[in-house]
Amino acid sequence: MAESSLKHLQQAANLTRIRAMSMTHHSQLGHTGGDLSSADILTCLYLGGILAVDPEKPYWEQRDRFIMSKGHCSGAFYATLAARGFFPVEQLKTFMDPLSMLNGHPDRNKLPGVEANTGPLGHGAPIAVGAALAAKMRGEHWRVFVLTGDGELQEGSNWEAAMTAHHYKLDNLTVIVDRNRIQQGDFTENTVQLDPLPSKWASFGFAVREVDGHNHEELMQVFHSLPLEPGKPTCIIANTIKGKGVSFAENKPAWHHGVPTREQLLLAAEELGVEVPW
Amino acid sequence: MVVAPPVETSAKTYDCREAYSRTLEEMAAQDKRVCAVINDSVSSTKLKKFKELFPERFVNVGIAEQNMVGVGAGLANGGMVPYVCGASCFLTARAMEQVKVDLGYSKWNVKLCGMSSGMAYGQLGATHHSIEDMAWTRIIPNLTVIVPADPLETEQVMRYSLRHDGPMFLRISRVPVPKVHDRGYQFTLGRAALMNDGDDVTIITNGILVARALQAAKLLEERGIFARVLNMSSIKPLDSDAILKAARETRGIVTAEEALTAGGLGGAVAEVLALHHPARMRMLGLPDVFAPTGSAEFLLDHFHLNAEGIVNAALDLLGAKK
Ligand SMILES: Cc1ncc(C[n+]2csc(CCOP(=O)(O)OP(=O)(O)O)c2C)c(N)n1
Repeated sequence: MAESSLKHLQQAANLTRIRAMSMTHHSQLGHTGGDLSSADILTCLYLGGILAVDPEKPYWEQRDRFIMSKGHCSGAFYATLAARGFFPVEQLKTFMDPLSMLNGHPDRNKLPGVEANTGPLGHGAPIAVGAALAAKMRGEHWRVFVLTGDGELQEGSNWEAAMTAHHYKLDNLTVIVDRNRIQQGDFTENTVQLDPLPSKWASFGFAVREVDGHNHEELMQVFHSLPLEPGKPTCIIANTIKGKGVSFAENKPAWHHGVPTREQLLLAAEELGVEVPW
Repeated sequence: MVVAPPVETSAKTYDCREAYSRTLEEMAAQDKRVCAVINDSVSSTKLKKFKELFPERFVNVGIAEQNMVGVGAGLANGGMVPYVCGASCFLTARAMEQVKVDLGYSKWNVKLCGMSSGMAYGQLGATHHSIEDMAWTRIIPNLTVIVPADPLETEQVMRYSLRHDGPMFLRISRVPVPKVHDRGYQFTLGRAALMNDGDDVTIITNGILVARALQAAKLLEERGIFARVLNMSSIKPLDSDAILKAARETRGIVTAEEALTAGGLGGAVAEVLALHHPARMRMLGLPDVFAPTGSAEFLLDHFHLNAEGIVNAALDLLGAKK
């Protein structure tokens, strides 16, 4: 990828980071750690030209479907949708306000660009499997992407969905795992062990690739080589750092739903090389 | 019905989760069968100290609510008394078949503690509101359902739960509440607490709304209207006697709940009245909608679940001017 486009993506991802943190500061609620770990993945998908979506026609039938299964990271998700043009960036300021369209967790009936109402973990993968099956049934070519947390994979529904995806050879489906190794209360491996995660997915019939989930070049490269194997669903395990890009939040379980103070917001902006938006 | 005049409502408010976790620790110290099962976070269930004190009787199944309730049933099978604790929205909605079959149908002695129920997670949106839990749990045969109103009642309900042989659902809010019960109060299963006597109208409520109902009674009294206030913390079994007495002795009943009225407290009271003593009613709670986003306080006001809303419902029922 050209140096300039990579730079552009990096800038966009950091803008999403600071916007998400500003939203959380505004509402005094939010999920900073997971917003920051998923910002690069979301940016590559939406702003790197991977997803065929059209903000002018959010319900365009042939669109690629992206399902934000880790719906608690609505800060990064909303900021990305706004950056892609689904609604004005200004609207981000209403995050979690009374009667706002920007719920703490995404609501497809309120916000264009949202495919599924998520928040309770473990809902995204089965919905993604259904959307991928629909494409096959109708002979259409849209693709389906779902982003899950790693702690989220403790929900059995993901593995039920995985078996269905394998059985129906859904090579139009890509599961991306935000493998930041932290869940709400602790590190995943101290809570309920997930490793060996890549071989788990492989044994469920997925073509698996591990990538650095903050390296845009690697992310773009793997997104451009989908499906990894014809006839198989793909699982991308994106190794990430919870709180990525903000020194005081990195790799700290407490920042799962930590809320930044004004001072922390300014410090974060400085580290990210962007301005605090409001 | 037990007579339970309220304490002078304190300005200070309490998070009932504190009373629940403190009592659980005390019970675990006295009774080796007591154990806890959670899904991921010790902090939202306030069980950090429990985990430190009794690490061998503490199970974290991860983010897996169906598993959590099933594991609870298995622990009960093995002679333990598990307290299965998690956000009420996920504990009930996600694990409902386990609640039906492994608890209700199988009668395993498991105590479900549904935390941060109702609209406590207001801003997080309808996925995180637990306004359906009353209807869902109340209809499961053999499942006892209790909604404590303040720290003292929470403590008593917790202690009672250990003496009770059978599955229970305890609904424990995080919305700050004042004390409404006096030290002398004794929670009794299946008995409403008479918080304020009156014979013009009856307000039946529970949980975080008891304090608001008492405020409403005061406002009504200023207008010369005497309201009976019942804390119906025991949703199942329900105190039908107290409901029928109220229907006979007052001119109508207002129910107020932080839940969908269909199938909830309003529905439960209406079922008793319809069969035995039809009476005029007003139901406050959520109509057939998901709540919008906003803080718990905002949403309670939005659905008229405040003193003013209760007063207006009572006046409307009595045909009086607002
Ligand atoms: C069914 C369900 N149970 C519990 C929760 C509460 N919860 C919200 S976020 C979270 C931790 C998620 O961890 P992970 O999937 O690793 O996400 P990330 O680290 O990317 O934020 C939990 C337990 C939930 N949202 N849904």
